[in-house]
Amino acid sequence: MDLAFTKEEQAFREEVRQFFRDNVPPDTRRKLVEGRHLSKDEMVTWWRILNKKGWGVSHWPKQYGGTGWTSVQHYIFNEELQSYPAPQPLAFGVSMVGPVIYTFGNEEQKKQYLPRIANVDDWWCQGFSEPGSGSDLASLKTKAERKGDKWIINGQKTWTTLAQHADMIFCLCRTDPSAKKQMGISFIVFSMKSKGVTVRPIQTIDGGHEVNEVFFDDVEVPIENLIGEENKGWDYAKFLLGNERTGIARVGVSKERLRRIRDLAGKVESGGKPIIQDAAFREKLAACEIELKALELTQLRVVADEGKHGKGKPNPASSVLKIKGSEIQQTTTELLMEVIGPFAAPYDVHGDDGSNEAMDWTAQIAPSYFNNRKVSIYGGSNEIQRNIIAKAVLGL
Amino acid sequence: MDFDLSEEQRLLKESIDGLLTDSYDFEQRKKYMKEKGGWSKAVWGKLAEQGLLGLPFAEADGGFGGGGVETMIVMEALGKALVLEPYLATVVIGGGFLRHAGSDAQKAAHLPGIIDGSKTLAFAQLEKNSRYDLFDVTTTAKKKGDGWVIDGEKFVVLNGENAETLVVTTRTKGDRRDKTGIGVFLVPANAKGVSKKGYPTQDGLHAADITFTGVEVGSDAAIGNPEDGLALIERVVDEARVALCAEAVGLMDESLKTTVEYIKTRKQFGVAIGSFQSLQHRASDMFVAAEQARSMSMFATMANDFEDAKERSNAIAAAKVQIGKSLKFVGQQAIQLHGGIGMTMEAKIGHYFKRLTMIENTFGDTEYHQRRVADAGGLV
Repeated sequence: MDLAFTKEEQAFREEVRQFFRDNVPPDTRRKLVEGRHLSKDEMVTWWRILNKKGWGVSHWPKQYGGTGWTSVQHYIFNEELQSYPAPQPLAFGVSMVGPVIYTFGNEEQKKQYLPRIANVDDWWCQGFSEPGSGSDLASLKTKAERKGDKWIINGQKTWTTLAQHADMIFCLCRTDPSAKKQMGISFIVFSMKSKGVTVRPIQTIDGGHEVNEVFFDDVEVPIENLIGEENKGWDYAKFLLGNERTGIARVGVSKERLRRIRDLAGKVESGGKPIIQDAAFREKLAACEIELKALELTQLRVVADEGKHGKGKPNPASSVLKIKGSEIQQTTTELLMEVIGPFAAPYDVHGDDGSNEAMDWTAQIAPSYFNNRKVSIYGGSNEIQRNIIAKAVLGL
Repeated sequence: MDFDLSEEQRLLKESIDGLLTDSYDFEQRKKYMKEKGGWSKAVWGKLAEQGLLGLPFAEADGGFGGGGVETMIVMEALGKALVLEPYLATVVIGGGFLRHAGSDAQKAAHLPGIIDGSKTLAFAQLEKNSRYDLFDVTTTAKKKGDGWVIDGEKFVVLNGENAETLVVTTRTKGDRRDKTGIGVFLVPANAKGVSKKGYPTQDGLHAADITFTGVEVGSDAAIGNPEDGLALIERVVDEARVALCAEAVGLMDESLKTTVEYIKTRKQFGVAIGSFQSLQHRASDMFVAAEQARSMSMFATMANDFEDAKERSNAIAAAKVQIGKSLKFVGQQAIQLHGGIGMTMEAKIGHYFKRLTMIENTFGDTEYHQRRVADAGGLV
């Protein structure tokens, strides 16, 4: 047992950090620190810088453009990325559909899609949830019917993150209505520019526009856009969801936010002195930092285990990371609310285009608090994660 | 970075787990409690035979040169089996003082007896008003000729009733809360002027309140610098905290296991109560709490070797906070999920709960350590 990073790993951390210092556009970083939304251009610009460096799809197999890093290197890269902070790669392309395509897709599909995912030539979005299918995803109703050399797709998806920017969607569709619910689902990809696709924004309680409803009305999709086998889509979806294990804890994000809280708490006054001098506040902050340290160690244990024993099947430990990671993220936004106090109230409309530039940074704190309520809901709600632990770990 | 045990460490774990599986089930434990002193000399002898009492000592001193990870393995196993024997007091704490600062003569006088199991130690530190501050010492040691005279009262000295030798913290100079002028002395338990009042503790261990009245010891009784012993005390108590973290992890593992087994078999409304989601989620939360505790126990074990004393203390304080929070949750929910049977002396779960609870209040509780971390500037 040895917790120390090797000299090589430490040098790697320094290399990554230096690359971020030299290459993350300062405005992009500042907006992230202040909890602002980034424009599509700002995100794509950064991802292409990352891709040019060869780090855009770092965890993919080498032949598709990956780096061949060890688990620990991936961990270090993610931590540095999150805590610098710099925008994380577009998960829908890089972490979700990419691995499904290089694992289950045919050669033609790999050639066609993978390089464009890596360079974000296509912006991907995820067509999983439906109005009637949240935690019970397998009950989904969007159907794809085979008609000659086309799929005809009808139905509705929801909570589709950043679909307003998307060029492509990967979609779970019911292709065999007579089969048991998990058995009749297929994984189909298609252009968001197709005739019959309508995107309608959902405004969330923070006032932002991240998620959308997406409607399909007789959308015609070439038959070859099926990934893998027909009616095996549920397996690919499970693979996709289990693939992303350690990033979900978002330890780096919380670390960065805790540093910001410490910084602000040294400036904002309460009772005639900086809030950080208030013992009760300081202890609350320390409590959160301790929880985060424990989570970081738990994450390292999972990372080390992956490094030793391979990724294999989804590890139920990822449920621990999801539950604790989301709780801690939420606590950090609560602490920010506490620091800012009455100045949480002023409201300003903010969009994704950076038009809120002139706004005082304090106006982002309440929206960020509201927005972060999502983290215990998405990606399998924390209640679903508890079901997974009860079943897979405790055998209940 | 590596969280796996080495081959030798795996063998160590197997051997102590094996020993305790054979000789430490809940019924056997009840018998050991009734023996003189409240623990089993026979089990202690077996621990000695397997080399566990000599584990952390240098090979030159007759030990096995084990490090923090080895102690963690042993303490986790002792926790799992709810062991009564005074490993913490004798090997970790008493032995810790000798390892870190004992003179050759002191080591020669005490280590062989510790290692072969013939002698146990106790740490006389807590005072009526000192609470968790290790520097808050009023028991005095005054120079007399070549030696020292000790006067004062110590409380809740674990294994204080049975130990042959007491390790006593004293004030040799200055005022009650000064950080200098503190000395540590080895005092024979049968020395003239030592009087003990022994009693069982809430968790089934044994402790004593001890009064020192004009107790005379020689100049060779002081461990380390008798006028500047606080750093040594902090070092050894940090190791004790790390050991308690590991013990608590073992206790939590067993508590969770026992609870899950119980809710799988206990039937109400015609089904196992473990089929109810509210109970499943509670058990899942217990698992999360126990895993977070395990992570911090490992962190504390590694932190033990940090060169910077402040960094070490801060990390160990943080671990004690996490362990304190986790053990309270796991302990309380284990009782809740057992229902009425969890309230009885007859069921083993309550005894785990009681030991966990006492660990929280030993060498600094959650609030105390949280304040320490906060005052040290946090942990990020």
